Amino acid sequence: MNNLIINNHQSVPVSSIPETNYELFLEMNTSLVADHPERHCVLYFGFRNADTIRLICCIADDNNHNILVSSSAVKDGAVLDSFTSRHFSFEKFERELHENFGIEYSNHPWLKPVRYSYNRNKKTGNIADYPFYGIESEELHEVGVGPVHAGIIEPGHFRFICNGEQILHLEIQLGYQHRGVEQLFLDRKKLLQRTILAESIAGDSVIGHTTAFAYLFESLSDSYPGNETLYSRTIAQEIERIAIHTGDLSALAGDVAYQLGNSVFGRLRTPVINYFQEWCGNRLSKGLIRPGYNPYPFNKALAERLISVLDAFEPDFVEMNKEMSSLPSTLSRFERTGMLKKEQLLAVGTVGMSARMNDLVRDIRISHPYGLYPQLNHDPVIKHHGDVYSRVQIRKEEVLQSISYIRSLLNDIPESEPANDKHLTLKPDSFAISLTEGWRGEICHAAITDKNGDLLIYKVKDPSFHNWLALALAVRNNEISDFPVCNKSFDLSYCGHDL
Amino acid sequence: MLTTLKILHHQGKQYIPDLRNAKVPGIFRGRPEISDEPVDEKALIDLCPVGAIMMQPVRIDLGKCAFCGECSRLFPGKIKFTTDYKLSVNQRESLIVQEGSVNQLTVNPDLVRSEIRKLFKGSLKLRQVSAAGDNSTELELNACGNVNFDMGRYGIEFVASPRHADGIVITGPISKNMAEPLQITYDATPSPKIIILAGTDAISGGIFNGSPALDRKFIETNHIDLFVPGNPVHPLTFINGLIDLLGIR
Repeated sequence: MNNLIINNHQSVPVSSIPETNYELFLEMNTSLVADHPERHCVLYFGFRNADTIRLICCIADDNNHNILVSSSAVKDGAVLDSFTSRHFSFEKFERELHENFGIEYSNHPWLKPVRYSYNRNKKTGNIADYPFYGIESEELHEVGVGPVHAGIIEPGHFRFICNGEQILHLEIQLGYQHRGVEQLFLDRKKLLQRTILAESIAGDSVIGHTTAFAYLFESLSDSYPGNETLYSRTIAQEIERIAIHTGDLSALAGDVAYQLGNSVFGRLRTPVINYFQEWCGNRLSKGLIRPGYNPYPFNKALAERLISVLDAFEPDFVEMNKEMSSLPSTLSRFERTGMLKKEQLLAVGTVGMSARMNDLVRDIRISHPYGLYPQLNHDPVIKHHGDVYSRVQIRKEEVLQSISYIRSLLNDIPESEPANDKHLTLKPDSFAISLTEGWRGEICHAAITDKNGDLLIYKVKDPSFHNWLALALAVRNNEISDFPVCNKSFDLSYCGHDL
Repeated sequence: MLTTLKILHHQGKQYIPDLRNAKVPGIFRGRPEISDEPVDEKALIDLCPVGAIMMQPVRIDLGKCAFCGECSRLFPGKIKFTTDYKLSVNQRESLIVQEGSVNQLTVNPDLVRSEIRKLFKGSLKLRQVSAAGDNSTELELNACGNVNFDMGRYGIEFVASPRHADGIVITGPISKNMAEPLQITYDATPSPKIIILAGTDAISGGIFNGSPALDRKFIETNHIDLFVPGNPVHPLTFINGLIDLLGIR
């Protein structure tokens, strides 16, 4: 076999990853995903190894619930045949390889900079001078938005080419949020420092990213937490989903000038994030997830509080949704706005709720289950129109689904276990990959250790890495005034992308 | 229409009546109190992931603190985080909490520039700039304006354009790639104007402090009017900080 089959949250010796020549590596990985919607690339990255660049490609197989890992080594400065020319979903991974290592591709459509990282290969040019794609025409005009936007929101630049009020093309340039996260994982040596770094990758997905990090480190050190920790992580992930989806519904109502929905959903989020504070002392759950143990064990008193929070939340949430979904004024803004076809989602490699909005089942909770998801018999919420309204409905239904999952988990609270917060010793020369399903979608962390058991490579991939292009395509032929509601309906992460 | 009225009735009153004295639920990690209990100070310092703890005497710099609570978990007799959320100050060194101190952190009114209170007390418009912020403090700043916290009752609100603003609120450790847009936004804000740093990342760089991807010259070269610690900032910390800065009674 030319690839290694591993499970989610499994670690293996680096030497067990087969290395093949580049032609075979290309052929194998692109044919794995072409015409196979059940497979997609979760991570494709490189690292310098003497005068070569070792490439590692990880393809998730949803039907067989595993991950196919393969590798190849190419010479520094090589000019390669691109994966992208065979399957478009690799385009950003190859742009990242080009930006970071200077790998050239003979047939990549557009080696546009990904994030102007400080440690990129070619340090000429800066983000402020980025030459946006332009079209020469007297009929068309350009609209530049950002990096600083008209709200309390992260920075990114959107360049629209419009025909009148209609968007012909949108180009998104990110990188403003780049903090050097992946390198900091290597430079910060203490486990607690790395944990806080994981919490700070995207502050709206603290549970998603920090659990991905924790499962990865536990697998790399063979030190697995008990059932109570997994239980708490599963409940926490679903609370995070409820909180952020509800906040997004508030913002979506705001973007179509529906004040009542904006206020009610906004205030409904408050008791949910306040519950996190009651549990772990932080409204956005920073401090709750730690590798190896649970610093805030769940108990009966917490369960009773959670039930009372959800009991108060649910009827108001249902009532508000029912009203918002019955108003012509909101529906006319949501329906048939920002549409994407399933073929486009597949081509882009969209993941998470942005895939599930149009029949593409991408959900790590069912494809590569972890924590307590196997016993929940998770049934992903799927919509069929790929428009803003599908993304609104997914949020509503996922919130109700998460509530029912939490209720069923609360029937059986496991005994708390003694905190095992000993320093985790990482195994030497190992590779591990960790996937979790945050509220946006699949979060992927991967690491390689060196011969002393220290981190050699740390890779982070937020679902936004795949999904930003989906947004850019979704707004084509829409009115520019619909951009805010389209943008919010995806609610992608800038910092999770820029790292 | 009837449904709308029904929803309004079901929602009832959601605002927090007294933002000055509201109690936060649960185990919020606010202003720490450090006892004089002798401990292995070196172990305590080594423990801190962001170098916020100093010794002889033991002090915690809330401008650096990630509020992870690990020090109070492992040294419960030494360090205790109270639920006091009034953490905003206008002097950087006031964020350092000393062993034995149980004093509240306050804005020093003598150091507030006179034009701030004269011009902005009744109305303060702010432009927020996220400069590599992780979107947690951004979410909390948004929450300041929701129906629960309703910061607008004091005439304080966030606006879309720096041209309409009386000052900027910076979140995040300030990446190189955001240094210039931050400066441009500040320059576009008419004088007199204020600068507020919201969150540990903005005040000190937090866990990102020292990363070569940052450029913190803006912080070093400009006068900061208010430091609002937190990871993320709690809405009550932010709103009370502004009330104290503006001298609102």
